[in-house]
Amino acid sequence: MNSHNARRLIDEICSLAADLEKIRIMEVCGTHTVSLFRSGIRTVLPANLRLVSGPGCPVCVTSQGYIDSAIEAAQRPDVTVCTYGDMLRVPGRQGSLEQQRAGGARVIVCYSIRDGIAYAATHPEEQVIFLAVGFETTAPATALAVLEADTRGLDNFTVLNGHKTVLPALEFLLRGGDIPIDGFLLPGHVSVITGSHAFEEVAERYGKACVVTGFEPVQMLRGILSLVRQIAANEPRVDNVYSVAVTREGNRVALDRLEEVFEPADVVWRAIGRIAMSGYALRPALRKFDAEKRFGLAVDEDYELPGCRCGEVIQGRIDPPECSLFGRACTREHPVGPCMVSSEGTCAAWHRYALVERSR
Amino acid sequence: MNADTRNDRDVGSKKIATLPETLAAGEQRIVLAHGGGGELTRRLLDERILPRLNNELLAPLADGALLPPMTGRPCLTTDAYVIQPIEFPGGDIGRLAVCGTVNDLVVMGARPLALSLALVIEEGLSFEVLDRVVGSIAAAAAEAGVPIATGDTKVVERARGDGLLITTAGVGEVPSDVQLDVHRIVPGDRIIVTGTLAEHGLAVMAARENLGLNSGIASDAAPLGGLVAAMLECGGGTVKFLRDPTRGGLAGVLADLVENTALGVEIREEALPVTTAVRHAAELLGLDPLNVANEGKIVAVVAAGDEQRVLQACRAHPLGRNAVCIGECVAASPPLAEMVTAIGGRRIILRPYGEDLPRIC
Amino acid sequence: MCLAVPGKITSRMERENGLSTATVDLQGSRLEVSLALVPQARVGDWILIHAGYAISRLEESEARETWDYLHEAGILDKPAPE
Repeated sequence: MNSHNARRLIDEICSLAADLEKIRIMEVCGTHTVSLFRSGIRTVLPANLRLVSGPGCPVCVTSQGYIDSAIEAAQRPDVTVCTYGDMLRVPGRQGSLEQQRAGGARVIVCYSIRDGIAYAATHPEEQVIFLAVGFETTAPATALAVLEADTRGLDNFTVLNGHKTVLPALEFLLRGGDIPIDGFLLPGHVSVITGSHAFEEVAERYGKACVVTGFEPVQMLRGILSLVRQIAANEPRVDNVYSVAVTREGNRVALDRLEEVFEPADVVWRAIGRIAMSGYALRPALRKFDAEKRFGLAVDEDYELPGCRCGEVIQGRIDPPECSLFGRACTREHPVGPCMVSSEGTCAAWHRYALVERSR
Repeated sequence: MNADTRNDRDVGSKKIATLPETLAAGEQRIVLAHGGGGELTRRLLDERILPRLNNELLAPLADGALLPPMTGRPCLTTDAYVIQPIEFPGGDIGRLAVCGTVNDLVVMGARPLALSLALVIEEGLSFEVLDRVVGSIAAAAAEAGVPIATGDTKVVERARGDGLLITTAGVGEVPSDVQLDVHRIVPGDRIIVTGTLAEHGLAVMAARENLGLNSGIASDAAPLGGLVAAMLECGGGTVKFLRDPTRGGLAGVLADLVENTALGVEIREEALPVTTAVRHAAELLGLDPLNVANEGKIVAVVAAGDEQRVLQACRAHPLGRNAVCIGECVAASPPLAEMVTAIGGRRIILRPYGEDLPRIC
Repeated sequence: MCLAVPGKITSRMERENGLSTATVDLQGSRLEVSLALVPQARVGDWILIHAGYAISRLEESEARETWDYLHEAGILDKPAPE
């Protein structure tokens, strides 16, 4: 790590920002939220540059119905639930998957959906349900897994589909018109799949500065500098400082697999509601791999937890401390909503890293 | 281990792990009767356990062990080891049990005198694995220079399918000139870490079957009596505090420091000793090396101005070659553990909550 | 929302039905990943890995940029050779 580079970038950001009144940047992606805290970048930015979190945390935007469905499924004696670690502790009506596991349910944490396929192949007597959450970065893996299950005739394998796409959510926020954002730090790994061009509408139609950036500290500083330059010059576009991994067109192979397996669908985002064409549904030929259909689950149901303001947090309307539950009834140890449970939820990040800012 | 070696089947509402179907014909396993206290137990001890572990204190095989009289202040510690899997790169549950217990004593400033060891074996554990673990226990005890003075063996029904749990106790004596006391810490005191971080926890996590990560990382489990003795030889008042950053990692120890001293802690990210392999593996799994367990490292707080001497003493010892000063205690209100990041920003270090899991996000 | 790390391909294995996997070196650890999303990746390439899959190849045409990026990210200790 060249901290000399970092210092130079920080100095330039501060110098440019001094000539501007207020700069509000939405960092869309939960991994960016955490990385910005962990790198200490938040503590070196100029005071008039405000970072606001967006809806890019897959766990935070997962409907309560999805979690309740996963737990309901886990309680069936013939079912094994395979999940990424991210979902294990999210609380539903009947506790979390972690608690179900403690009570004897078969819940396996996987690093990859390939592990779920391998398990299904060696345990034909069990119904294996993989909790397929994540954005465009992760959805291609699910597509490949479904295709493999089809080829190999793994009739005991299904996915509980919770995948969502980022751009429709951003457009939903922008159409609403009441969130004052000047620019977007775009998710670097989603962009690997979609290509940077997918976000050009945000710059062209809504006039917002955009930059695709990775997750290392110097990357994020380069990204923030690009946004400040665009804002200062009033020349919004989609810049790409992560060109080492992200192209304009994206990963064509991944996009083809997505197209083969999924069609766009209107899905429910937690505490926001249904956003048109913001998710995926399995195409009819592959619908037998849909756990929702096979087990009669209701994924799209959503309900409010009393006092929980996660929906406003993920839309960038409030910062976590503005929620009356934050740090009191809702903490890392006793989370109420997914923004606190998720390791990259905005509330969890604030609770973990921002104590000093709170106590000042 | 791969996915094939585990088969869970329902028996009523209980899940019972069955044995790997691939055990060689004639391979022997522990059965419930081995824990019965009768002939089989005796044979198990005589044939498989005592030959490796026997020593003066253990030999009488009485209900308890008589220890030599102590001159220093007695110190007692206890621990339980339930790690999964029981064998992992760099060690096994046996090595871990001995080193962990010995290290708990040495960070108290105690000279370890003896350990006790209770094995709770699951029916079905193969003799081959048991022999390996007992061998590790013997080797670790010899390395540490601490005898296993007394023990116990029980056998239980198959439950988790891992085969073995170990509980220990350790006794040591603290010489009168040792002045380890967290209340002696003042602002400006330096914080030292005796080597590279996060290896044990990552080695174990990578060994768990569903990660498929063949990590070049090995557990750092090691007995640290010699290293700590070298540090304490720097003189009575020099070292004020010692702790081994096991569960909860370095972050846990820093949180302990803040809680016990009401002082703040400031460390520098660029000073943290983390190998590239560890950093990479941790990033892949979404883990923070600060939160990951170590079993062969010490965190020490030493008087300001004395840190070079203590570092030299550490680096002269094979287990302390990568010792480094990572920061210091500071007066701060409210008292917090903070890190100056590589880019010159700051972030807070909190006690980790719960178990870290592999994530996609 | 996506943890992905760079790694270098050390070997490539062709599997049935045309899908290939690779052994990737992560500065000491070895991981097997699917190349189904980046089928053109070759031994010696740097790729980005997410949840058991390669999702991108770090472009050879920008080799200098790749070195700089990996160096900045603390993955390679030495800056690119001149």
